[in-house]
Amino acid sequence: MLALIPLFPLLGFLFNASFGRRVPKTVSGGVASLVMLASFAVAAMSVWQLAGLPVEERVIDQTLYTWIASGDFVLDLTLRLDPLSAVMILVITGIGSLIHIYSTAYMHDEPDSEYARYFSYLNLFAAFMLVLVLGASFLVLFVGWEGVGLCSYLLIGFWFKKKSASDAGKKAFVVNRIGDYAFILGTLLLFTHFGTLDFRQLADAVAPLPPEATFGTLSIATLLLFIGATGKSAQIPLYVWLPDAMEGPTPVSALIHAATMVTAGVYMIGRTAVVFTHAPDTMLIVAIIGALTALMAGTIGLVQNDIKRVLAYSTVSQLGFMFLAMGMGAFGAGIFHLYTHAFFKALLFLGSGAVIHALHGEQDIRNMGGLKKQLPVTYWTFLIGSLAIAGVPFLSGFFSKDEILFETFAHGHWILWGIGALTSLLTATYMFRLVFLTFHGERREGAIASGSHLHDAPPAMAFVLIVLAIGSVLAGYVGVPHALGGSNLLGAWLEPAFGIMPAAGEEEAGLELMLMAVSSTIALVGIGLAAFIWLKRREIADSMARSFSGLYNLLLNKYYVDEIYDAAIVRPTVVLSTDVLWRGFDVRVVDAAVNGAGTIVGASASMLRRLQTGSVRAYASSLFVGVVLILGYYLWR
Amino acid sequence: MMPLLTLSWLVPLAGGLLLMLIGNGDGRRNGLIRWLTLAISLVAFVVTLALWAGFDSASAEFQFVERQPWIPAFGIDYYVGIDGISLLLVVLTSFLTPIALLSSWGSIDKKVKEFSIFMLALEAAMIGVFISLDLFLFYVFWDAMLIPMYFLIGIWGYDQRIYAAIKFMLYTMAGSVLMLVAILGLAYLHSAATGSYSFDLLKLYALDIAPQTQMWFFLAFAIAFAIKVPLFPFHTWLPDAHVQAPTAGSVILAGVLLKMGTYGLVRFAFPLFPIAAAYFAPWLALLAVIGILYGALVAMVQPDMKKLVAYSSVSHLGFVVLGICAMNVQGLQGAVYQMLAHGVSTGGLFLMVGMLSDRRHTRLISEFGGLKAVMPRLTAAFMIITLASIGLPGLNGFVGEFLILLGAFRWDPRYVVAAGLGVILSAVYMLWMFQRVFYGPVTNDENASLPDLQPREWAAVLPLCAMAIVMGVFPTLFLKPMEPAVQKLVQRAQSVQTLQVKAAPKLPAKVHIKLVKAVD
Repeated sequence: MLALIPLFPLLGFLFNASFGRRVPKTVSGGVASLVMLASFAVAAMSVWQLAGLPVEERVIDQTLYTWIASGDFVLDLTLRLDPLSAVMILVITGIGSLIHIYSTAYMHDEPDSEYARYFSYLNLFAAFMLVLVLGASFLVLFVGWEGVGLCSYLLIGFWFKKKSASDAGKKAFVVNRIGDYAFILGTLLLFTHFGTLDFRQLADAVAPLPPEATFGTLSIATLLLFIGATGKSAQIPLYVWLPDAMEGPTPVSALIHAATMVTAGVYMIGRTAVVFTHAPDTMLIVAIIGALTALMAGTIGLVQNDIKRVLAYSTVSQLGFMFLAMGMGAFGAGIFHLYTHAFFKALLFLGSGAVIHALHGEQDIRNMGGLKKQLPVTYWTFLIGSLAIAGVPFLSGFFSKDEILFETFAHGHWILWGIGALTSLLTATYMFRLVFLTFHGERREGAIASGSHLHDAPPAMAFVLIVLAIGSVLAGYVGVPHALGGSNLLGAWLEPAFGIMPAAGEEEAGLELMLMAVSSTIALVGIGLAAFIWLKRREIADSMARSFSGLYNLLLNKYYVDEIYDAAIVRPTVVLSTDVLWRGFDVRVVDAAVNGAGTIVGASASMLRRLQTGSVRAYASSLFVGVVLILGYYLWR
Repeated sequence: MMPLLTLSWLVPLAGGLLLMLIGNGDGRRNGLIRWLTLAISLVAFVVTLALWAGFDSASAEFQFVERQPWIPAFGIDYYVGIDGISLLLVVLTSFLTPIALLSSWGSIDKKVKEFSIFMLALEAAMIGVFISLDLFLFYVFWDAMLIPMYFLIGIWGYDQRIYAAIKFMLYTMAGSVLMLVAILGLAYLHSAATGSYSFDLLKLYALDIAPQTQMWFFLAFAIAFAIKVPLFPFHTWLPDAHVQAPTAGSVILAGVLLKMGTYGLVRFAFPLFPIAAAYFAPWLALLAVIGILYGALVAMVQPDMKKLVAYSSVSHLGFVVLGICAMNVQGLQGAVYQMLAHGVSTGGLFLMVGMLSDRRHTRLISEFGGLKAVMPRLTAAFMIITLASIGLPGLNGFVGEFLILLGAFRWDPRYVVAAGLGVILSAVYMLWMFQRVFYGPVTNDENASLPDLQPREWAAVLPLCAMAIVMGVFPTLFLKPMEPAVQKLVQRAQSVQTLQVKAAPKLPAKVHIKLVKAVD
């Protein structure tokens, strides 16, 4: 039955890829959405079945067939449902279905064939992501891993006539490939040491070992896997593709940022939690990279003017939080944040899509403002999403983010906690800068279609926004911490999947409550700060940008990382390849030598041509003569 | 029982002879000749499928063996047989030939008869190479293969065809001579040991060759095959030959001919001279890894699509050689698998580049752009093959590449660290080309009205796309028949390697005798 979960969207892909251009939009969009709902239904039933099992037996395997077999390397195509993949498939198919439904309205202006192509890619994306999380071994996971890379390439570059779009798609694929390279090396290293690629067998083999005191095999292997994760989940140094990925249609950004793709890296670390916990050095690196990425992306998000770009950097930042959690060994907290983030980030992206839809493609928040009245549904749902991501108490983001900060503090990493807290402040500030600039105040000059009547989200889009807004409020209640009298159901549910669980003791409840108070205050201060600057005293923002113009430009240009990569890696490679290798070595050295030899042979051939008629026969005969001479020498010496 | 194996190369050869009888002075029977040639190549394909059907996948022995004395005085026989490795390569050959013929349907319109004869003769010779178990016979087929290829490039090629054809001929002839000397030398060694000449591969396998002698013989074979692969730095004939060859020639050249070199390494150089092979393997692997990166980097900056694909072949074949050098089951199976996969995907790439070139009479990437909007079907097929070439899991390229990397990693991880970078680069150069050709707006008016795939072109493209998917999803279909043969080769090599071969050239003779006995 597990196989049906990715199979449904795959069939949807095949249908729309083959017949999509010949059927009306209602059929292609309808089929695509229905297969996702069917997949969601099967996923829900499977999870129900899983939940019915006793805690220690909560694993359902389905082996389809032997995929690759070579000597002692035998790899079955096995799907596995356990508490971790259960959470993931519900997020993917649930949020995924909503994004499909939303898309039926959002993409309605595309011609039939493009509409079908869009939905075929969207289905394929979901199918690969489901394979990724259901795969029971590194290699099956890798099928999904590469598959979502491909789909992001196709979807980001969906409007292929736009160069920036196809550039962004290619960048996503190539940057991901760099991570994949490390991922494969890590996989090979683990296989050569433990003789298996199956996650469970690997965990069983690693579990009895002591954690590595020095930087050994497990540390190297996990570090390589983590580099793979930085590619997929947009962490330093491989995050550069994600902000560009907003070149794709907006629902695609929602899909990439919320339900699929970028969560893959976090998920993968959760999946191999046992191995990671045996490599404390790597864990610390994961946590540090996560915290730094969160901070860096937060600072960039503060000054961006493109509504989607702000959200993109916020995703990078939130993913940093998740990695911080993973690095702390708080796998449950990381996955919890992944899950709540899926709701509010999908909501925010789809909300921004509704804004862009209403403004006929305008994405610059400097040209917006005052949309509150004209787009009420969009406004209120967007506001809820912003409150949730900012960590305002009792919304979903509050619970998950606090758990991460608490775990970090409880592990004694107060510097990392400080970075996390500062990032929380930034999150609240840049999100509400976005809200205030977009929805509050007056419509600003230069705005396209200003004065005309704007249409709020059409029914299919509004429905999805409302569902997601409800989710953003309520999703956190599956993980209410003990300190607040909850029972952290999600944490308990996930526990067996990670093998080990550093449970927070009851005696720390006081500390946890105190930290909650601190971060709630931070969130409110952040919102207040944004309100003060961008609602009350807009000129402060401008004067600050002017007085700190160096810093402002540094942030606006995203620390010039793209430019540095281009100058340090891309250009030198092209120059090396063109001038040194191709025109230098190939043409000047090797070919010159061969042509020289050719001239000599040609000259001797032209002498022989007096005896023979054609040059090939001349070569053949000279060859023959030579052979006879050599042979003669060899036989009769 | 029918001599199926002989039929597999005799059918195309006899078909070629049959075509000679048809008068086609003014080209009025071109249609008939095209259909007839296609039919003959399909019959040959069916024959090779029958081989597969009758093949015992569990056996490592040569099957369908046929043997007739040919030149008894020198111990030369007509001696053919196939194991799992050669079976698959024979099927690849007969699979690609009809596709190559379809690709030339519209683009070749001068001397159609001669073209068809050369194509069929080429097929016969290629199959002959894969099935020969007598080294002399092997050499005859090997050189026979060059002649039709030379003419295919030289007569039906593009502007600089003569230069390319001669360069191709020079390079491979140079290798051939070395190999011939080594083959004759082997027969001589056999006579020195047993008193009679023999070119029988299995007898020569059993020959006890001194390590020092092995070194020279191995080098002669290895250089001949390295040129054919082509291994860096012997690769410069390849881009010229490919760019100048007609589409059908490129498809066959990339699809089958490039595998001759790696097949030769697997069948002859490594098992005949295991001690020398183990000694040289790290160096060969080093060249392979350089080739992987070099080919990929140079491919990246090519302005000409055909040249780009040609250089990408240098990169892909580097993987194959790396797998062979690892000499373990995964490495070798991966290598053979990659040979098949590369045949399908690079054959497909040349096929479709040829279709673009037929339409526009240029292969420059900068002349294209935005074709996705004009020809969506070709774009979709090109995408699939591009992804196969990049090694996306679920398509054919991944299986071979992964097994090679796994095998090489178990041998020496350092090679994999370097070779793996090729995986990144392949995505760069392929997707960059794809972007520049198919994405963006249509900038050149000449591209605005290009026709999409025609039914005949579909017939050529579809089997390749289907095969790319089947080989990616069900690789065991192909891995299984070859596994026993691969195991046998690996056992032979490893029993030598375990006995400390790195010092082999300095081993005293006595130790060496023991060593060889252990091998058998």
